[in-house]
Amino acid sequence: MAMAQKQSQHYVTIKGTKDGLNLILDDSCAFRDVINDLDDKLSARHIQQTEGQTVTVTIKVGNRYLTDEQEDSLREIIQEKQNLEVDRIDSNVISRDEAEEERKRTTVKSVARTVRSGQVLEVEGDLLLIGDVNPGGTVMAGGNIFVMGTLRGIAHAGAYGNNDAVITASLLKPSQLRIADLISRPPDQTGIADAEAECAYIKEGTEISVDRVQILTKIRPNLTRL
Amino acid sequence: MGDAIVITSGKGGVGKTTTTANIGTALALMGKKVCLVDTDIGLRNLDVVMGLENRIIYDLVDVAEGRCRLHQALIKDKRFEALYMLPAAQTKDKSAVQPKEMKKIIEELKQDYDYVLIDCPAGIEQGFQNAIAGADKSVVVTTPETSAVRDADRIIGLLEKEEGIEAPKLVVNRIRNHMMQSGEMLDVDEIVSILAIDLLGIVGDDDTVIRASNKGEPIALDPSSKASIAYRNIARRILGESVPLLSLQEEKGMFKKVKKFFGMRS
Repeated sequence: MAMAQKQSQHYVTIKGTKDGLNLILDDSCAFRDVINDLDDKLSARHIQQTEGQTVTVTIKVGNRYLTDEQEDSLREIIQEKQNLEVDRIDSNVISRDEAEEERKRTTVKSVARTVRSGQVLEVEGDLLLIGDVNPGGTVMAGGNIFVMGTLRGIAHAGAYGNNDAVITASLLKPSQLRIADLISRPPDQTGIADAEAECAYIKEGTEISVDRVQILTKIRPNLTRL
Repeated sequence: MGDAIVITSGKGGVGKTTTTANIGTALALMGKKVCLVDTDIGLRNLDVVMGLENRIIYDLVDVAEGRCRLHQALIKDKRFEALYMLPAAQTKDKSAVQPKEMKKIIEELKQDYDYVLIDCPAGIEQGFQNAIAGADKSVVVTTPETSAVRDADRIIGLLEKEEGIEAPKLVVNRIRNHMMQSGEMLDVDEIVSILAIDLLGIVGDDDTVIRASNKGEPIALDPSSKASIAYRNIARRILGESVPLLSLQEEKGMFKKVKKFFGMRS
């Protein structure tokens, strides 16, 4: 009994920081051992601080991959203790699927063609289109859209809800611009042709604004991936 | 072994049939063996424009369904020994023929003719699929109207996806010079820049074209008409000659850019 107790101390290390508690879980033992040990330790601590403020908890699981069910049971155990709240779970590993998704989300897909009326070009990450988008054609991207040509059709950037996404084009004469769930349409009178590269972004979270591309270095510094 | 060229536009009424009849006539004038195929089943027109309506005995659907042999359905032109046409059926609809059957018919025609010109119906449904089934090349006809250009763009997109068909070429039809100059109509440069394909020719809006169509005499036969010259030039370009674009008026330099564009092609 004493032996088991001693061993279990290795599974969970609790550290207090100014932001709350860090729970560092051993990543080489069985998951059930971690759960048991965690339950023991937290119950013990729980008695000592019943009347405190809510403490945020960061869980560090090291090189252990947690399934969704495992994450849920971890959260459950911690949330059970009245004044503890799970902030996040950090793991050094992600699954192959997650990695693939991450890769798709962050790569710039370059495509050289004309997107014609009735055609839809959709990518999960950023889109670099070398060619035009004609009226009636649509380009969609989970991230940003860069058109090296004339954008005359519809462009939808941040299609899965990324408000920071931007649309740029060598010539921006769109029939519609969409970023995340905002839609904008140019004024009805046909605009005067100004042959300067332009970009569109969400300004102050409420409307789509069009400006020179040079402004992007200021408003979206994260576009730089060097 | 000849070339099969489909003439299409997406939108109706831009002059596919007129273009088919006149390019065919012009090619025949230059001594080529040509067969025109009308695939607009149910709404055939090519026979009327060619003035051959009263000679139809069998049609495309008869051939596809095996009621007659291919050469029995072909109608010889009144004027040229080497110009034939295969009429569409008027009593059926577009689903009466399958792309596979069309392909077989076109393949067979290509054995005997230098050029097989396929007149495509308007739309992007089965009639279009039938018309492009056997084609090696394609010509997209548009007029300088936004809606026609939009549909042409859609059609070009569909043609580009088709394997076995060369990149489409463009014919801009019914150009009204005074409207284009005043900016009330899209100009040729603008159309070419949107559609981003090679320009095969431009044809002006001409009353004589309508008059000739109604008489069943393709305008290409009449050398005094500007439209006729335009169609003949298109035919020469199809044969591989490099012919500069016709200016529609005495204006110099208006189509300079187009000419340059065309010169870069070849």
